[in-house]
Amino acid sequence: MWNMKQLEYGALARRANQIKDELRQGVRRPYKEVIDVFQGDLHRAGMKPLTFVRQILAACVYPPLINSNNLPLDVRQRAQEELGRCVGGSVGSYSAVAGIPEIVHSISEFIKRRDGGIPSHPENIYISPGSQWSISNILNVLVNREASPRTGVLIPVPCHHKTVLSITQLGAVTVPYYLSEEQGWALQVEELQRALESAKGVCNPVALYVINPGNPAGYVQSQKSVQEVIRFAWEKRLFLLADELYQDCVYGENCEFVSYKRTLSEMGPPFSGTVELASFHSVSKGFLGECGLRAGYVELVNLDPAVMKHIHTLFSKDSCAPVLGQIALDLMTDPPKPGDPSYPLYKQEIEHIRAVLVHNVKRVHEVINSLPGFSCPPIEGGLFVFPRLNLTPKAIQKAKELGLQPDTFYCTRLLEEGGVFTGPGWEYGQKEGTYHIRFCIAAPQDVMEELLRCLSSFHMTFMKDFS
Amino acid sequence: MKMTSLQHVNPTVRGMRDSPQTMLQNLAERIRKDISLGAQKPFKKVIDVSSGDPHRADLQHVSFLRQVLAVCVYPQLLEDKCYPLDVKIRAQKLLEACDGASVGSYTASSGLRHVRQSIAEFIQRRDGVPSYAQNIFISAGSQRAIMIAVKLLASGEGNTRTGVLIPAPCPHMLYNVLEEAGVVLVPYQLTEEKGWAVDLDKLHQALKAAQGNCEPRAIYISNPGNPTGHVQDRKSIEEVIQFAAAERLLLLADEVYQDSVYGKDREFISYKKVLFEMDRELAETVQLISFHSISSTCIGECGLRAGYMEVVNMDPEVIYYFDNTLCGDISTPVTGQLALDLMVNPPQPGDPSYDTYIQETFFTLATLSHNAQLVQELINKLPGVKCQPTLGGIYVFPRLHLPCGIKEQAKLLGLKADVLYCQKLLEEEGVLAGAGEHGEMTDSFHLRLCILVPHDTLVEVLARLASFHCRLMDGTVTPTEV
Repeated sequence: MWNMKQLEYGALARRANQIKDELRQGVRRPYKEVIDVFQGDLHRAGMKPLTFVRQILAACVYPPLINSNNLPLDVRQRAQEELGRCVGGSVGSYSAVAGIPEIVHSISEFIKRRDGGIPSHPENIYISPGSQWSISNILNVLVNREASPRTGVLIPVPCHHKTVLSITQLGAVTVPYYLSEEQGWALQVEELQRALESAKGVCNPVALYVINPGNPAGYVQSQKSVQEVIRFAWEKRLFLLADELYQDCVYGENCEFVSYKRTLSEMGPPFSGTVELASFHSVSKGFLGECGLRAGYVELVNLDPAVMKHIHTLFSKDSCAPVLGQIALDLMTDPPKPGDPSYPLYKQEIEHIRAVLVHNVKRVHEVINSLPGFSCPPIEGGLFVFPRLNLTPKAIQKAKELGLQPDTFYCTRLLEEGGVFTGPGWEYGQKEGTYHIRFCIAAPQDVMEELLRCLSSFHMTFMKDFS
Repeated sequence: MKMTSLQHVNPTVRGMRDSPQTMLQNLAERIRKDISLGAQKPFKKVIDVSSGDPHRADLQHVSFLRQVLAVCVYPQLLEDKCYPLDVKIRAQKLLEACDGASVGSYTASSGLRHVRQSIAEFIQRRDGVPSYAQNIFISAGSQRAIMIAVKLLASGEGNTRTGVLIPAPCPHMLYNVLEEAGVVLVPYQLTEEKGWAVDLDKLHQALKAAQGNCEPRAIYISNPGNPTGHVQDRKSIEEVIQFAAAERLLLLADEVYQDSVYGKDREFISYKKVLFEMDRELAETVQLISFHSISSTCIGECGLRAGYMEVVNMDPEVIYYFDNTLCGDISTPVTGQLALDLMVNPPQPGDPSYDTYIQETFFTLATLSHNAQLVQELINKLPGVKCQPTLGGIYVFPRLHLPCGIKEQAKLLGLKADVLYCQKLLEEEGVLAGAGEHGEMTDSFHLRLCILVPHDTLVEVLARLASFHCRLMDGTVTPTEV
């Protein structure tokens, strides 16, 4: 029952917290504070929440604010609308299990608009407390713990570890397919084929998990790539799990987010009516960055109605997603429009966040590639960078002596000496003999500059020490 | 042709059935939808008294809590003159405890340290017994905490599977929770004639019945009782503790309604306090986990999703795993965590918000007490209905002696008679009540009514219930179509 991997992941985080405590207590270290870019947590790194989101949420929490002249009219009206949808007019009530119906409907409208008018049905949408929870629930439907051979799920390498944990906790097996680092972490169908072959006799693969835009690898799939994956899923009869949390984070020139749903629909029969797809999104990433509010949704396409019934029962076992989070979902999918009083500020804030991200992505790419033994492809999308470390045999040896993975060793030293908290590549998966680190690039520009300065300085010292 | 057909679905998921409660909720949803589309019904709207959701029922929230949360969500409000000083000070303190000073950041999976500390201090004040933040784990509601605690305990297969003693009747959500944790349920009957008191003999009987079927490792109890309304006195709590100690069972004490005791001469005493006031050996060995949440009586913030558990006398190595397991579970929303802090650390005498706070909580408790009284007066007058006096909690759980007609109809439809009763009550009068859960003996039927609602709402509910019930007893209720 005890998942050893979970325990290992925690060690670096615990140390980071310890150091943060020590700094608070006045202990002297080579740095004044820890730059925490381990998770995709915008606010932690200093990015600001969207004003209109927080104004509406505040008014929903404390309804007398609806009459306050300090809030723009559209904020007040919207808050009233949202409260009107809550049972008892309060964010403190339980909601319907699949989510507040009007918000579910609003999400379906958003998806339809995003995908050029392709219909989206509210009955196929479930709101949950964060996307990971709905990924877990859908996996639960697909995975038979008792099956022999065991159920398999294809996952990208690298991949953020939460989904990997969900898969193993349910008693299934991960079937890794390697993204091509040389091609900017592109997903290649031949590699999907190889991965599937490798599963023969080992497990029974039923699903294919894709992350687009990637995490931690910052690629954005082209439409052609999405089509290839869909075709592959159709041929091999795999359930497609499309994690699209970073759909708002696209920076590469000539890059565009194209949803799996839209592509599937536009491919027409036989694909459009048969490939089973679950698409995930949440309020945690993108411009909102509201990880702490806990809300996401899943849209299901082409599922057997009998299977949908069971999914409904499964989701009914949980309590509803937090109401404030559901409201944030609504605000994300239905933001201010030109002409609304809140629109100018909203536009300004979104553009500012975008500008910061685009700038950071460029700077990070520049700095990292200028350092010896450090490289990364251009970051096209997502909120992370996953640069490659060319560690010397001496460094690798030292890590072994300490009983650590080489990149964990690097990250531990970087934390202790440089005050920057990043994630070691092995936690996300990587080709044997390669090493990486992951960190979030969503931080105010000055924080990012400081980070790059500390990282560069540390890196040069480290490479020298172990040359 | 669909790829994943029913036969490919995980057998465990396929085997899940909608509980009677879910079925009734779904029906209520359909009826609400019909009404909103203009359908004519004998009632204007559905009144849901099947579960505790005070805000749904239009009971007021606690102003102080909502004001502080609003400021935390939108800190610009700190510049607004209309908020009392204590609201601003508290909001600032809480924001400092959040990473990035935002409710939008992730927190550690066991919860914000500041809030865990507040909870520890609250428990210490309440019980006069030391309490430590590292033994407190915040979760997205008390049910998740119970699920995690039990999951950590669960092991074995077949007849060595872990068993958990649960009261009959028990909270209706408990079945889902324990099913998810993968344990065997070992029901112990509460004594209805004694106001649903705990009976030591019944505890022993339950253990005996479990022999050879599973390995009981824990006992769950709710005090104040959900849905019974019983409040244990010290002696009763001591008996349960001694039983748990003798049988080496982990005690799971669900104390979510601790602030809802209205019975005369009865007060809430926590399991922890009683344990520490018993002899030293017991106090140092009995393993206890106590649960609480913001879905409680006076706070009622079910939609914000947060609760906590305090772990006592647990091996430090095991405690380590609590945090890890929480990593894999639903994260607690930050706003819920802050609400927890506000619940355990309310305004004090002298604070600007104190008077309003006291008024609001007093009003809630008075409503509850008044409602309990009204129920006793009216419901026992209905033929075939007997309701035990309640001392606390937010439910009443009257017993129904039903006529053969409805019992037979229920059999034909494959339902328990009280579930059918609730279905008809919903369809004909628009009142959604809870049916007594399937843990009980099959020939006794009960209704679960939440009485934490505005007084007028209860009056309306009782009127509709009485009307329906009398028709049923007179044999004039329309048979349900098969």
